[in-house]
Amino acid sequence: MQEVTNKKYVPTIVAFCCNWCSYAGADLAGTSRLEYPANVKIIRVPCSCRVNPLFILKAFQRGADGVILCGCHPGDCHYMTGNYYARRRMSLLFNFLNYLGIEKERTRVEWVSAAEGAKFSAVMNDFAKTINELGENKRLQDLRVKGDRDNG
Amino acid sequence: MDNLQNEIIKKATALLTDKTVDRVIGWKRGEFVFDPSPATFSTVESLKDFVYNSFCGANLSKYLIAESKKEGKIAVFLKACDSYSFNQLLTEKRIKKENVLPILVQCNGMLDIFKIKNEEGEVVLDVLDNGETVTVKSPYGDRNLNKAEVLLTKCLSCKGFAQVDGAEEIRVSESTLPNLDRFDIVKELENMSEDERFEFWQNELSKCIRCNACRNVCPACSCTKCVFDNNDSGVAGKANADSIEEQLFHVIRAFHVTGRCTDCGECSRVCPQRIPLHLLNRKFIKDSNTLYGEYQAGAVVDGKSPLTSFTEKDPDPTEAVNMEGVKNA
Amino acid sequence: MHRIGVFICWCGSNIAATVDVEKVAEVIKNEKGVVFSANYQYMCSENGQQLIKKAIKEHNLTGIVIGSCSPRMHEQTFRRAAESAGLNPYMVEVANIREHCSWIHKDKVEATEKAIILVRTAIAKVMLNAPLTEGESPVTKRALVIGGGIAGIQAALDIASAGFEVDIVEKNATIGGRMAQIDKTFPTLDCAACILTPKMVECAQNDKIDILTYSEIDYVQGFVGNFTVTIKRKARYVDEKKCTGCKVCMDACPSKKGLNEFNMNMNNRPAIYIPFAQAIPNVAVIDPAQCIKLKTGKCGLCQMKCGAGAINYEMKDEYIDRKYGAIVVATGFKPIDLKDFNEYAYADSKDVITSLELERLMNAAGPTNGTLLRPSDKTHPHDITFIQCVGSRDVSGCGKPYCSKICCMYTAKHAMLIREKYPDTKVHVFYIDVRTPGKNYDEFYRRAVEQYDVDYIKGMVGKIYPQPNGKLLVQGSNLIDNEQVLIESDLVVLATAIEPEPSVRKVATLLATSIDTNNFLTEAHPKLRPVESPTAGVFLAGVVQGPRDIPETVAMASACAAKVIGLLVKDSLKTNPCIAQSNENMCNGCSQCANVCAYGAISYIDKEFRLGGGRTEVRRVAYVNPAVCQGCGACTVTCPSGAMDLKGFSTKQIMSEVEAICKK
Repeated sequence: MQEVTNKKYVPTIVAFCCNWCSYAGADLAGTSRLEYPANVKIIRVPCSCRVNPLFILKAFQRGADGVILCGCHPGDCHYMTGNYYARRRMSLLFNFLNYLGIEKERTRVEWVSAAEGAKFSAVMNDFAKTINELGENKRLQDLRVKGDRDNG
Repeated sequence: MDNLQNEIIKKATALLTDKTVDRVIGWKRGEFVFDPSPATFSTVESLKDFVYNSFCGANLSKYLIAESKKEGKIAVFLKACDSYSFNQLLTEKRIKKENVLPILVQCNGMLDIFKIKNEEGEVVLDVLDNGETVTVKSPYGDRNLNKAEVLLTKCLSCKGFAQVDGAEEIRVSESTLPNLDRFDIVKELENMSEDERFEFWQNELSKCIRCNACRNVCPACSCTKCVFDNNDSGVAGKANADSIEEQLFHVIRAFHVTGRCTDCGECSRVCPQRIPLHLLNRKFIKDSNTLYGEYQAGAVVDGKSPLTSFTEKDPDPTEAVNMEGVKNA
Repeated sequence: MHRIGVFICWCGSNIAATVDVEKVAEVIKNEKGVVFSANYQYMCSENGQQLIKKAIKEHNLTGIVIGSCSPRMHEQTFRRAAESAGLNPYMVEVANIREHCSWIHKDKVEATEKAIILVRTAIAKVMLNAPLTEGESPVTKRALVIGGGIAGIQAALDIASAGFEVDIVEKNATIGGRMAQIDKTFPTLDCAACILTPKMVECAQNDKIDILTYSEIDYVQGFVGNFTVTIKRKARYVDEKKCTGCKVCMDACPSKKGLNEFNMNMNNRPAIYIPFAQAIPNVAVIDPAQCIKLKTGKCGLCQMKCGAGAINYEMKDEYIDRKYGAIVVATGFKPIDLKDFNEYAYADSKDVITSLELERLMNAAGPTNGTLLRPSDKTHPHDITFIQCVGSRDVSGCGKPYCSKICCMYTAKHAMLIREKYPDTKVHVFYIDVRTPGKNYDEFYRRAVEQYDVDYIKGMVGKIYPQPNGKLLVQGSNLIDNEQVLIESDLVVLATAIEPEPSVRKVATLLATSIDTNNFLTEAHPKLRPVESPTAGVFLAGVVQGPRDIPETVAMASACAAKVIGLLVKDSLKTNPCIAQSNENMCNGCSQCANVCAYGAISYIDKEFRLGGGRTEVRRVAYVNPAVCQGCGACTVTCPSGAMDLKGFSTKQIMSEVEAICKK
């Protein structure tokens, strides 16, 4: 439970990574000891096309401050076409969330290959920095979750 | 209008009499002129309650999901916007085509009783459609209103009829409807600041009482079981406990119908809270059209929708959200 | 109620130096559902695995979480350990606290906190795991090869040599394909027939190979290991078993004005014919559009003359069903139609020909018996212009955007052969680029330029003007000298782009495999799975996948054969259990999921459902074929009702992980 003090707010970042490229890229970042902030937590999915908008909305609702989706580069999808579908879905969803007034910087898609450990780390550092600057997600967060946190 | 109604009833009578069909889906007279409701007619006698007036906004295509599965053949009357929903439901294999006789009926634009009541007060006794104007009768007397001002929002940018395979047609005159840019308000919203947009939608969506009228009327929202009723989906629940619930509900609903929504406008028509729900769908349609090419769900049967297709050159989300014609201010 | 065991690995100091592993194990003990928690130096070691197995048995664990290195490293190890202790291997989840935590963070407090969250997230997921078992499906030990060109022949021979039965289905009356039409092959200049026809004969003599010519694929059902294919055997009007190939019928036939397709329509053949001398099977076929008997009922001369009694005018198309475990698609190519290329006067002048037509004009069995003569007046051409890239690398919309790959080499071959045989002939070649990578290829081209003095002109041809004197005025540009060139030629040869045989579209649809905008079939992975199609059990050989020459085609065909053999030696196939599954109670049958499935794994069935009160309803619902689904999850997001879910990565599981991460 967070104390209500002057302690700096640490945002929560959820990163969905496809098993074949980006999760492996994150592993390589680890093997290469390339740091990125600890508030980035990775969820492994088979393919970027497995990521349902529901997951992203759920993350925001439960208090995530940023959600990033990483997949194989277009053309390199392990399942051939999965990331092409993900790309369209996320383009439309992200812009729609922004249409509702949700900051567009809170959502991002990046293509990271299994060889791009350095890119993975750089992307996560940059995204974490962006989210840090934006601060807490208040617009999509379930106020009850926040209430629990503040009262607890 | 009466002439058109007579033609339709004449057609329905003939179809039922010679047993071409066993049932007819149409609109049934309500208590007032402005509250006809969708109904099934299986006898010639029952057709005495059949009505086709300027308040028959209801899209009948969705009823075919259940009705076409029943024994026997059924005729359905489709207005311009309904014809797209009909095709889309055929695309999604939801209607048993062989059991349905589609009949396209002329539509002169349907009136919005909310807009009329907004002008005239809660008590409206009768409304006469004179073509260019409408006469509203209330306890305070008669008043003429400009028809364009009291049309349903969806009728302000009518798409005309979709190509419907094997359809018959009933038309007694030419109908002309306003042809406004259906994306004009979407564009206005896009040009607002993030904060203004958030405030706008917060204000609109917080009115939602989760009555599910939008979902129930939507021809695209015809799932055997809705994710919001499914405990395994992680978003189940009709509780209206917090603002996020409405946001989530409407975002997911709009996303689920992306590429399938024909923009028939029924969601906004039936919303008791007058939330402009069509503006959610239209944003998805507009962005999809700009990014992936013009697409009208239901224009043809078996069209491939933007979210079930792709090109190798589609922009990445980061580019897409900043593209001209897509980006929000 | 779940009984979860948690095992935190130190990985020596790799994890333990940055993550307080004891604290993690301690804190996790209090998590709901956790009944056992331990930490150990090396979980993946023999001792570590023993610790896991012992705990599973002693504590009746229903699921375990290992906090260790990446699941890409040791998930299999831990699954096997669990399985040997009697726990379903899919009741194991790995929290990656090394690559995703200890190795990238320095602050021990922060890293420990993160490790706890990652382990909690894995617990949240494992609580929703369900035991999964790998499926099995049997394999029919017979292969189908579609297309009897060099690709199909090579694939069939290699498959048969491993002892498996294989059928070649060829739409024409003989196998041999395009290679049979070619005169000489680059870079060795040996004659195509000399190296191809022995292979054709070998196919015919191999008792494992069944050749079905004049046949087409009509319908395909099933999936990898279990295809049922309906083959249409077109009426040949000649009994294959009786015909001896004596050709008496061909002489007897009064209708001799048929266009000889084998010779690119440049001479004539009778209505009953054997496509070429070395055809396999060496059996005649009647062209029903040309045969007088079949058209009018009067004639029957061939039947009268046939000593074998092989001719049967009553023959009908026949449909046969056969079962296969694997399918090789080798449908080959054709040169593109030149109707949109008016500038080259192909339609206006007989002396503007395609390269494949030139092959026939130079072939001893061709319309001119191998003497190169102008089609218009049968004279020797003394000046010949070749034009490269006709319809290749063409983004104007008339042609094809891709490079046809073989044209540079065969044009060099043609130029060289002509200069060799008719040294008095001038040969010009207009080219955009000369592309000759390959063993002894560039040397071959250099020989054309240096040894045979072929006039290579870098530039394009704008227009060809047929002249009243019968010559062709070629107007082109020389980009190196930056000047316009006018050449009066006797013959112009167009290096016409090649495209996949159009019938491949139907084949692709039947096999539910993907096809690109140029009608080439798509490979499963452009680098690592180049001969497999995305549809399991369907393989691609030759130009059907992309432009390539004979050596590459043969290599690809043999690669296909290796893949097919690898499949057919198995008695049954193990199937990945982490696949999509549709909840029939929620499915709308809307067909959206099949639209995004790259593997054609989804089909629809009409199923009866009880509604209660004795009423039933027939609904169309999706069915996922477990042998075909690869488990990407594209369908799960497309499904509007949420009926489609992915085992091992279910919506509920992922939602639960999201919640665990976001919980503060």
